[in-house]
Amino acid sequence: MGSIWEYANPVKFSQTVSRFLAPVAMGATVCLVIGLVWGFFFTPDDFRQGATVKIIYLHVPAALMAINAWFMMLVTSLIWLVRRHHVSALAAKAAAPIGVTMTVIALITGAIWGQPMWGTWWAWDPRLTSFLILFLFYLGYIALWEAIDDPDTAADLTSVLCIVGSVFAVLSRYAVNFWNQGLHQGASVMRAGAITGTDTEEKVSNVFFYPLLVCIIGFVLLFVALVLLRTRTEIHKRRTRALLARERMA
Amino acid sequence: MMPDLGKYAETVLSSYAVSILLIVALVWWSVRAARKAKLALEDVEARRK
Repeated sequence: MGSIWEYANPVKFSQTVSRFLAPVAMGATVCLVIGLVWGFFFTPDDFRQGATVKIIYLHVPAALMAINAWFMMLVTSLIWLVRRHHVSALAAKAAAPIGVTMTVIALITGAIWGQPMWGTWWAWDPRLTSFLILFLFYLGYIALWEAIDDPDTAADLTSVLCIVGSVFAVLSRYAVNFWNQGLHQGASVMRAGAITGTDTEEKVSNVFFYPLLVCIIGFVLLFVALVLLRTRTEIHKRRTRALLARERMA
Repeated sequence: MMPDLGKYAETVLSSYAVSILLIVALVWWSVRAARKAKLALEDVEARRK
């Protein structure tokens, strides 16, 4: 087993992507199809929320991935700042459009779900507001990459932006714990005590939890597959730019 | 086969429609960009040989 740093070599990284992309994409497709079909067709309505509970299979995995994509970008940005590995900066760049898509899905499905349950599409609730700010950070991050011509300068500045935005990624995840107010419910899925049944707060019933877990695995695998694919795309683009620059110099 | 979604049919179906549309668009855009970048690189490398 080699060091993880050998994947900082673009050639090695691209070879690894070629090997793992198809199985990961296949796993994502299988999990998403099974999870969504199971959740949509074969789970009962909730006694309070009725059929709207079926939105959980999209809303929760998308929200989880929106936050975790930003954390992945934070880690790769820090690697770029400390070790100057180009692949890590390109991986952060590649993850941003996936993260923003997940954020949009979480915001839209949340609004659609909120309307019949809360009586409003939107409320300036701590979790909703921090999620909206996270969405704006995603847009700013993507815009900053596009706005700067020099890729290394763009990687530096977007890495700093990513570190600043991480505050809102943390707030999006833990806002309901920091401020015990607002419309959005507290954590009821990924809470250790809730899953093991050792705490007394309300938790998601297993009849909803198992298909939800399959959907979450599907979203994680989809994210991994897309990050691998998009990072390789960025490597190809970078290599093409370098070769064209060499051509012009010759 | 279709579950009875009752008065929430529009709510649930619109959530699924928007989400699936966005995911499919993201995958399509990523695959298209990957193919385009690969072809461009192959083109430049072929010119150098």
